[in-house]
Amino acid sequence: MGIILILAPISVLIGLSGLAAFWWTLRNGQYEDPAGDAARILIEDSDDLIS
Amino acid sequence: MALILNPSVAPDLSAFLKRTEGGPARLDLLVKGARCAACMSKIEKTVGELPDVAAARLNLTEGRLTVRFASSQGDAGRVIATLEGLGYPATPYDPAQAVEAHDKESRRLILALAVAGFGAGNAMMFSVPVWAGLFGQELGPATRTMMLWLSAIVATPCAIYAGLPFFESAWRSLKAGRANMDVPISIGVILTLFISFVETFLHGRDAYFDAAVSLLFLLLIGRWLDHRLRARARSAAADLLALQAPAASVLGADGVERIKPLSDVAVGERVLVRPGERIPVDGFVEDGVSELDNALLTGETAPLPVRPGDTCRAGAVNLSGPLRLLALARSEDSAVAAIARLVEAGAQTKSLYVRLADRAAAIYVPVIHSLAALTFLGGLALGLGPREALLRAAALLIITCPCALGLAVPAVQITASSRLFRKGVLVKSGAALERLAEVDHVVFDKTGVLTEGRPRLIDAPAAAIAMAAPLARASAHPLARALAAEAGPGARAVDVVETAGQGVEGVIQGRRARLGRAAFVGLEGRAGSETELWFAFDGDTKIRFTFSDQLRPDAAETIAALRRQGLTVEILSGDLSGPVARAASTLGIGDWRAGLTPEQKAAAIDNLAAQGRKVLMVGDGLNDTAALARAHAAMAPGTALDASQNAADLVFSGAGLSAVPDAIHVARAARRRALENFGFSALYNVAAAPMAMLGLVNPLVAALAMSGSSLIVTLNALRMHGEGRR
Repeated sequence: MGIILILAPISVLIGLSGLAAFWWTLRNGQYEDPAGDAARILIEDSDDLIS
Repeated sequence: MALILNPSVAPDLSAFLKRTEGGPARLDLLVKGARCAACMSKIEKTVGELPDVAAARLNLTEGRLTVRFASSQGDAGRVIATLEGLGYPATPYDPAQAVEAHDKESRRLILALAVAGFGAGNAMMFSVPVWAGLFGQELGPATRTMMLWLSAIVATPCAIYAGLPFFESAWRSLKAGRANMDVPISIGVILTLFISFVETFLHGRDAYFDAAVSLLFLLLIGRWLDHRLRARARSAAADLLALQAPAASVLGADGVERIKPLSDVAVGERVLVRPGERIPVDGFVEDGVSELDNALLTGETAPLPVRPGDTCRAGAVNLSGPLRLLALARSEDSAVAAIARLVEAGAQTKSLYVRLADRAAAIYVPVIHSLAALTFLGGLALGLGPREALLRAAALLIITCPCALGLAVPAVQITASSRLFRKGVLVKSGAALERLAEVDHVVFDKTGVLTEGRPRLIDAPAAAIAMAAPLARASAHPLARALAAEAGPGARAVDVVETAGQGVEGVIQGRRARLGRAAFVGLEGRAGSETELWFAFDGDTKIRFTFSDQLRPDAAETIAALRRQGLTVEILSGDLSGPVARAASTLGIGDWRAGLTPEQKAAAIDNLAAQGRKVLMVGDGLNDTAALARAHAAMAPGTALDASQNAADLVFSGAGLSAVPDAIHVARAARRRALENFGFSALYNVAAAPMAMLGLVNPLVAALAMSGSSLIVTLNALRMHGEGRR
C-alpha cells in the first residue's frame, strides 16, 4: 500500500517534467518555422538564433 | 516635356529600419521564391556577409527574413539589392503589433491545452482504480478517498489554468448581458469541481475531476483550431498587404529620393511614380506625361491620359511615363478613404451575423440549464436529499456539455479551409465559410474578375503582327506589351524613342517606323480610341491593331457550374455598357448593369438583401469594396487591390475562376458536416440526459460518453478531407 504513496508522486513528477519540456520548446520558438527547421538540418554551417 | 528619373541613385529605405534604444538596427523583409535548404543557405550566407550586417535569418515557413545590423545604422537598400541579385524579390514590411498580440494569445491557448492534457492524463491515472472499484474489485473506501484526493490535487490547478480562457470569455459575455457557449462550459466545470470536492470530503464515489479536465482538453483543441484558422488567414492577408502597397518614393528638398511607408507621406511632399507603379496618394501632376489605368478604381478599361496640371487618385496604375506628383492628401484621406468608410459600414452589418455554434447555443443553453434546475428541484421534491439531487444535476451538466459545439464545428471548418487553401483559396474566418454556404445569388464584377483585366490583341493578321513586333518589344506600354506577347520573342527595333502618352518610334531593318496613337503615326482628324494601336513605316500604309479585355478562359464553365449548383448569376460593372453587354452575352448572363458607381453597386447589393437574397459578391476593384463588404459573402481574386481583399471573406489566387464554385461546394459540404454533428449531439443528449436525471450515470459512464461523442464528431469532421476532391 505504502508504495503507492511513493510511486504516485513520482509519476506526477514525470508528467510535470514533460509539461515543463513542452513549455520550454514553446518559449524557445521551436514551432515557428517548421519548414525552415526541416531544411536547416541539411545546411552544414553553424546555426545562430535571431529572436 | 518628359520627366527623366535617374536610375543609378538608389532610393533611401532607412525609414523601414527598426531601432531599439541605442541597440543595433533590425530589418524585416518578405522574401519571395525561397523554397528549399539551398535557397535558405544562399540567402543567409550572402546577406550575412554584407559588411554592416551582423546576422540574417530566414523563416522558410513564412518567407520572412530578419536582418540584424551591426550598428544602429544599416543600408536596407543594399540588402534588398543583394537579394534581388540572387533572384529573390524582397519587400520591407512592418510586423504589425496586432499580429504579435495574436501570437501571444496562440501561445497561451497551446499552453493551456498542454496543461489540460497533462491534467487529464494524470487525473485519469487515479480515476482508473476508482472505476475498477465500481465493479466490485478490492478497493477499500479509504484507498478510494486517497485516490480521489490525489486526483483533486492534480486536476484542480490544471482545470483552473486551462479553464481561464473560457471563464474570461463567459464573464465578458455575461457582463454584456448575453450568454455564449462559454457560459454553460464555465458553469459546468466550476460546478463539477465543487461537487467533486464535496463528494471526496464526504468519502463518496461520484467525483468527476478527470471529466472536468478532459472536457477542457477537448474544448481547447477546438478553440485552438479556430484560432489557428484565423491567425493563418490574417498573416496571409498581412503579407499581401505589405507586398501590394509597400511604400512611396518621396523626393526630398535636397533632390534625394527616399522610400517611405505610405502612412508617412505628408501633404505637399513630392512623390515619384514610375510606369507600372500604383499612385500612392491623391496628387497633382507637376511633371511628366502618362496614362493612368483606373480599372481598379472605377472598373473602366480605357486608360486615362494625364499631363501636368491634372489630378490623379490613389489606386490608379501609372502606365507609360514617369510622373512627379505633389501629394494633395495623406494616405488615409485619399480617395480610398471614402470607400473605406462604406466598407466599415458593411463590416458592421456582417458582424451581426450569428455563427452556427452560437445559434445552437442560444437554444442549447436555456434548455440544459432549466433541465438541470428541474432535476435538482424534482429530486428534492421526490425526497432524494440535497446531495443526491445536486449530484444528478451536475452529472447532467457534465454529460451534456457541449463538446460537439465547441470542437466539431472548428474541426470541420479547419479541414474545409485547409482543403481550400491547397486549392489556392484563402478563407478568412469560419463564419465566412458558414455565410458562403447559405449563398443563393452570385454577383460578378466584370473587369479583372470575369475578364483577365488586361488587354489582349484581337484578330490581326500574323504578317502585320510580325511587322510591328520589333517596335512593340521595345516599349513598356501595356498595349504594346500585349502585342509583343502575341508575337513571341524576336528582334527589337533600334534607336527607340518613346514619347509618353503618344507612342514609340524606332528603326526596324533600316526603316523608320512608328507605333502608337492614330495622330502619332500621322493620321489626322481621327478620334483615337484608347483600345487600339496604329503602326506604320515612314510614309507607308497605316495598320490598325485592336485590343480588348478578354474573358478568362474558364469563365463560361464557371457560370455553368454555378447554375448547376442552383445559383443565379448577375453582372454589376462600372465599365461602359458596350464591353459589359458583350461579356454578358458571351457568357449567357441575362442580368447585367453597367456604368455603376461604387455607391450604386453597394445599393444594388442592399436591394437584393432586402428581397431576402443571400448574395455572394465577387469583385476586385476599389469600386467593388463597398459591395464586397455589404454582401452576405464576398470573394476577391489575389490580384485585387488590398482594400478589396480586406473587405472579402475569401481570397482566391491563380488564374482560374473555378475557385468560386469549388469554394461554394466545400462550404456547403462543411455546413452539412456541422449540421450532422449537431444532429448527432442532439440525439446523444436526448439519450444521455434522462439517464443522468434518473441517476444512472456514474463517473465512468460520464467520462466514456463525453469523450466518445467528441471522438465521433471529430471523425465526422475529418470526412471533409475527402469532400470536394471529386
